[in-house]
Amino acid sequence: MITFAIGLSIVLLLVILFLLFRIGTLASIFRGSTQRAVGTTKTSNKVNSLLLLLFLIGGGAAFAWSFADSWENMNQPLASVHGAWTDSLFWTTMIVIGIVFVITQILLFWYSYKYQHKDDKRAYYYPHNNKIEIIWTMIPAVVMALLVFAGWKTWANITSAAPADAVVVEVMGKQFSWLVRYPGADGKLGEASVNFIDATNEMGVNFSDPNAMDDFMPREIHVPKGKPVLLKIRSRDVIHSVFLPHFRVKMDAVPGMPTKFWFVPTKTTAEMRSETGNSEFNYEVACTEICGRGHFAMRFILVVDEPEEYEEWLASQTPFIEQNPQLLTKFTHDSKDQVVLEKSAEEVKTEL
Amino acid sequence: MSSTDISLNKDVHHAHDEHDHHHDQNFFEKYIFSQDHKVIAKQFLFAGIFWGFVGGFLSIIFRLQLGWPEATFTFLEPILGNWIVNGKLDPEFYLALVTMHGTIMVFFVLTAGLSGTFSNFLIPLQIGARDMASGFMNMLSFWIFFLASVIMFISLFIETGPAGGGWTVYPPLSALPQAISGSAMGMTLWLVSMALFIVSQLLGGVNYITTVINLRTKGMSMTKLPLTIWAFFLTAILGLLSFPVLFSAALLLIFDRSFGTSFYLSDIYIAGEALAHTGGSAILFQHLFWFLGHPEVYIVILPTFGIVSEVIATNSRKPIFGYRAMIGSMLGISLLSFVVWAHHMFVTGMNPFLGSVFMFLTLIIAVPSAVKVFNWLATLWRGNIRFTTAMMFAIAFVSLFISGGLTGIILGNSALDIQLHDTYFVIAHFHLVMGAAAFFGMFCGIYHWFPKMFGRMMDEKLGFVHFWLTFLSAYLVFMPMHYIGIAGFPRRYYSWTGFDAFNTFTDLNSFISIAAIMGFAAQLIFLFNFIYSIFKGRRATANPWHSNTLEWTTPVNPGHGNWPGEIPTVYRWPYDYSKPGAAEDYIPQNVPFSQTQSSNLPYERDLE
Repeated sequence: MITFAIGLSIVLLLVILFLLFRIGTLASIFRGSTQRAVGTTKTSNKVNSLLLLLFLIGGGAAFAWSFADSWENMNQPLASVHGAWTDSLFWTTMIVIGIVFVITQILLFWYSYKYQHKDDKRAYYYPHNNKIEIIWTMIPAVVMALLVFAGWKTWANITSAAPADAVVVEVMGKQFSWLVRYPGADGKLGEASVNFIDATNEMGVNFSDPNAMDDFMPREIHVPKGKPVLLKIRSRDVIHSVFLPHFRVKMDAVPGMPTKFWFVPTKTTAEMRSETGNSEFNYEVACTEICGRGHFAMRFILVVDEPEEYEEWLASQTPFIEQNPQLLTKFTHDSKDQVVLEKSAEEVKTEL
Repeated sequence: MSSTDISLNKDVHHAHDEHDHHHDQNFFEKYIFSQDHKVIAKQFLFAGIFWGFVGGFLSIIFRLQLGWPEATFTFLEPILGNWIVNGKLDPEFYLALVTMHGTIMVFFVLTAGLSGTFSNFLIPLQIGARDMASGFMNMLSFWIFFLASVIMFISLFIETGPAGGGWTVYPPLSALPQAISGSAMGMTLWLVSMALFIVSQLLGGVNYITTVINLRTKGMSMTKLPLTIWAFFLTAILGLLSFPVLFSAALLLIFDRSFGTSFYLSDIYIAGEALAHTGGSAILFQHLFWFLGHPEVYIVILPTFGIVSEVIATNSRKPIFGYRAMIGSMLGISLLSFVVWAHHMFVTGMNPFLGSVFMFLTLIIAVPSAVKVFNWLATLWRGNIRFTTAMMFAIAFVSLFISGGLTGIILGNSALDIQLHDTYFVIAHFHLVMGAAAFFGMFCGIYHWFPKMFGRMMDEKLGFVHFWLTFLSAYLVFMPMHYIGIAGFPRRYYSWTGFDAFNTFTDLNSFISIAAIMGFAAQLIFLFNFIYSIFKGRRATANPWHSNTLEWTTPVNPGHGNWPGEIPTVYRWPYDYSKPGAAEDYIPQNVPFSQTQSSNLPYERDLE
């Protein structure tokens, strides 16, 4: 019954709107405004040009207000060295394009208002002016050149080779979570291959490789403050993307093609908690490449410790194979031979 | 050059004369399997509008989810059926929605609907030709597109759902049905449909290029072409060069999916087993895809450059400022569009050196784009502007193009792209610059050429209501997305509430959704106006906007062959508006200089 009533009232509303529209059309025919060339009628020209001007003023004000209002939420707390470079380059570029934005929008709407049709006027025949065109081609070219140079410098610094003493963390994406492996005391990650993956050995580590014996797989990433951290990133199924919003870090995890990204964290989790006034604050890892049903839920925690705390945490970790010794039975002599064959190819891939 | 033109025109004219003698096309020949470019253009337009509503409706459904992530949507069960589980939208269906929204809008509306409509309609009419070079190929182009549409539409209703790996369909997600249910039958249909779509685009593109080169009327040199034709011409060239690459990418993906090859697949463990695929490269697909994908965004926006230039010049009653610079910048943009594709891939692990090269090439595109904006502004300056609905959309187009284009300078910078890649900042950027702007260009074209298409005018008042609601909601939807993007909110997220970092902006997201619903509702006004005016609109005159281009020299309802008598000869460029000394404030292209002695410029005195 209610659906019927709603349906009926919608139909009635549409009929009323249609009648209003017909009346308006007929009235305009009687007023004779249909006799004039389209777009030269006084009222609609006035109304539209005035609305354009109002749009500029009202829209500009709304933009300014909403921008200021969202400022706090917009800026994620920053906790890496290169993040300071990209943030400052971002806001510098924003100011440059902001200036262009304001000038061009004002001219666009102001001209539209100012040069609205008048019966007694004629437009100014002005097909081109080479001088002015060269000037306004050169200005953006110079500005772009400056931005390109600034971008190059930042990009080259960020993507340069990681320092040799960087803390190495392997991050592996899978549907729909992250797996993490540390190289252990020897500083070397053992080999891995999808062929070794099972319910326990989710990262497919080859435990016949001596380097793998001290590798451990914690449930959180821990990194020391102020030291370079090298993420070695891979995926075992579809493409994922490691995103650390607070560190301005993003790099795809691609099956079959290991990638990497290094950064230097500048604030510990504890420092960030007191700075933001949020005792629950945690650095998070998110996925930014569509990977399926659980794409939006690939959350992982990253903790930045003071270097001493980090050493303590490191010492408290036990190698994965010690926790799961039954895995070793899988790596019999036969599989070792097979591994040796695959080794050369794998080496090329894991060598970063 | 001109002699070839003449002989070709004679041929066409001759064929037409013969045709006139037995003028007994039946209904099917005339309206369904028509070879007349004007009918084919309308077919593309109707199909484009249909797809526009489908694509828009899908976005409303996922905006409901994003605006109110905690709400239950049992009321959607009648339309979505089992995709609503316990009152919640299924997350995989959410991904299918965003995928199909993107595919439909980019390819079916803004490529086929836009180029298909206006290239088909305007090329023969504006260059002075009886029809396209090959009417038959043109007909095939539409019907193959129709077939592609049917297949894509069917995929919306299959049990495993339509393709769900994003409109960019990156493998391995799109290659493995184990990874997402949309990669089963839905993805197969997507690939088949897109393959057909590409065939349709190539048939159309070859035709557009051939027609522009060979069938221009006497006197219509390349530098007397309206900017619309230049834009359609370059668009067709871009399509012809880039779509085959997408075709090969799709073909290799079909092989990987169905015949066990490993072009894109390597080292994969999924659904409890390691796959045998080895040696493939997932990144290869991205290179191939974006080699089309980037020119594709210019395939979407270039035609609207042309349409907007034409409408702004006509309604400002001024020549377009810097006609040659406009052509030059379009040539520059077209050329550069082929060498910037990898700016979509800065964080894929590609060699950083490539990143710097592509950053440089990408930022250069800002220069010709800026020139275009300055020229449009200069055209408005000291004009005598007539605010027709088309003109309103043209002005708004420039505004949206500036707003969306400027953020491209940020995203094209690889260092800044690290943080912003795949966030809502990107969504805001491309929806403004190639989504909303292209839609505004398309509306601009529809309102402007409606009288020539249907012999009647669209209602101006309803047009203004439609315009203002659409313009407002375009900004209300996409401006706030920048804030969300700067905060790092990733795209294609079903919900952000699981993350502490993204647990803000809930009100803003509801606000965006409300604005989106308002914008979608406003399109119903357009639909009403469009359909009503086809049948009941005020009758149009032959040249209602007092425009210079050749299509307005045809009768109100141009028949098969466009001009009843001889094809007009062209003497001047299309932008002689408000020329000092002329009686009217416009001089059509077919008026010889000998008839306009009072307004001729010094060098024009001795011209014909």
